[in-house]
Amino acid sequence: MLRIRGRAMRSIEIHSQESLNRTARSRNKSTSRPLGATQSTPDDVLIERIAKGDRLAMQVLFARHHVRVYRFVLRLVRNTAVAEDLISDVFLDVWRQADRFEGRSAVTTWLLAIARFKALSALRRRPDEELDDDMAAAIEDPADNPEVAVQKKDKSLILRQCLAALSPEHREIIDLVYYHEKSVEEAAEIVGIPENTVKTRMFYARKKLAELLKDAGIERGWP
Amino acid sequence: MMAMNQAVSERGDVEALLPWHAAGTLSRRDAERVEAMLAADPAMARSFEIVREELAETIHLNETLGAPSARVMERLFAAIDADGAPPRRAASSFDLVARVKDMLSGLAPRTLAWSAAAAALAIIVQAGIIANVYLGPRTYEVAGVQQAAPAAPHADALIRFVPQATTAEVTKFLDTHHASIVEGPMTGDLYRIRITVPGQNRQDVARVIEGMQAEQAIVGFVGPAE
Repeated sequence: MLRIRGRAMRSIEIHSQESLNRTARSRNKSTSRPLGATQSTPDDVLIERIAKGDRLAMQVLFARHHVRVYRFVLRLVRNTAVAEDLISDVFLDVWRQADRFEGRSAVTTWLLAIARFKALSALRRRPDEELDDDMAAAIEDPADNPEVAVQKKDKSLILRQCLAALSPEHREIIDLVYYHEKSVEEAAEIVGIPENTVKTRMFYARKKLAELLKDAGIERGWP
Repeated sequence: MMAMNQAVSERGDVEALLPWHAAGTLSRRDAERVEAMLAADPAMARSFEIVREELAETIHLNETLGAPSARVMERLFAAIDADGAPPRRAASSFDLVARVKDMLSGLAPRTLAWSAAAAALAIIVQAGIIANVYLGPRTYEVAGVQQAAPAAPHADALIRFVPQATTAEVTKFLDTHHASIVEGPMTGDLYRIRITVPGQNRQDVARVIEGMQAEQAIVGFVGPAE
């Protein structure tokens, strides 16, 4: 119950670290993200039902996770139409391969790993990584617009623009750790790299972010 | 010197964990290590504030990305409807005892009794035939003269039955098409079946397979085997 509500709150004001850790610890006991009575079935139980052809379980799993999977994919492919097509494919794979899920990792980790594979395959087919209008509007540098130029003084806005300007590899690791709340082990499983490389990649992603901020006139004193 | 190196290394290790500490995804042990370092090291505490800013803005950025349109769900479930039930993997090992147990438990007591009687009769007849072969009057045959009876013309096909098909339906289906299962289940729940085709030419085989394909209530897939 705390998780999604807590996430929305954190964008305004981050909870104390202790409460975050408590939330994470309680979350780790189950793979589901309960919002209430309608979402009380754990994800792995839904997957078992999907493996038996339960269409309703598929609808519940889709409703529960499709937005996050979409955002993860969208940040990688940067095109809303492509991202929508890809998440259909991701969940269709879940329907077809549910019986292969062995429960060794969280269902969300499995979903993101499938999504990542599909996004990278799509990027290989479309190497120029065209930005669509919606995505471009969200991340482009609005330097020509005087009104938004004033907004640029807003440190938060600049930070978000710098986050959007990171390479796909760096965007991915930052999103997995900060937004998708993946542990070192889970991020390693999704990206397919050793755990130490996950930490190193996160360090370099943050370092690059600091450089972009510095170029934008924000010196944070790190690293 | 060594102690100093250890302290630097510990500091680096803990600093690398700050993003996960901010997200609340560290183990209790690691979280306590980080908390202890944050309490003792003001520079580390400042780094942690920077991490928390990044965390907040990453969430903000992702939350502004919106959600996919309703067509995604429509497309997905249209594909699922077209796909049918998800394929089940074949059992990884062939458990004969379990299969026999399953088959017997599915039979009604009366059917089970008749089956047992039929099996006993078959054993008696078989014993009689064997006794006759060994103990009956012997005749002489010239080696090489006797020819094997010509095998009935047949063709093989691969088939997958729909999960809802019952054993009775499958048996009736095989009888109707003069077919029998010779192998399976294989990967993808496929079975190899042998069809006894009168003319044994391609057209006849294709015609029989076409007839099988038409029975969609029982057959999910059928095609000629190489």
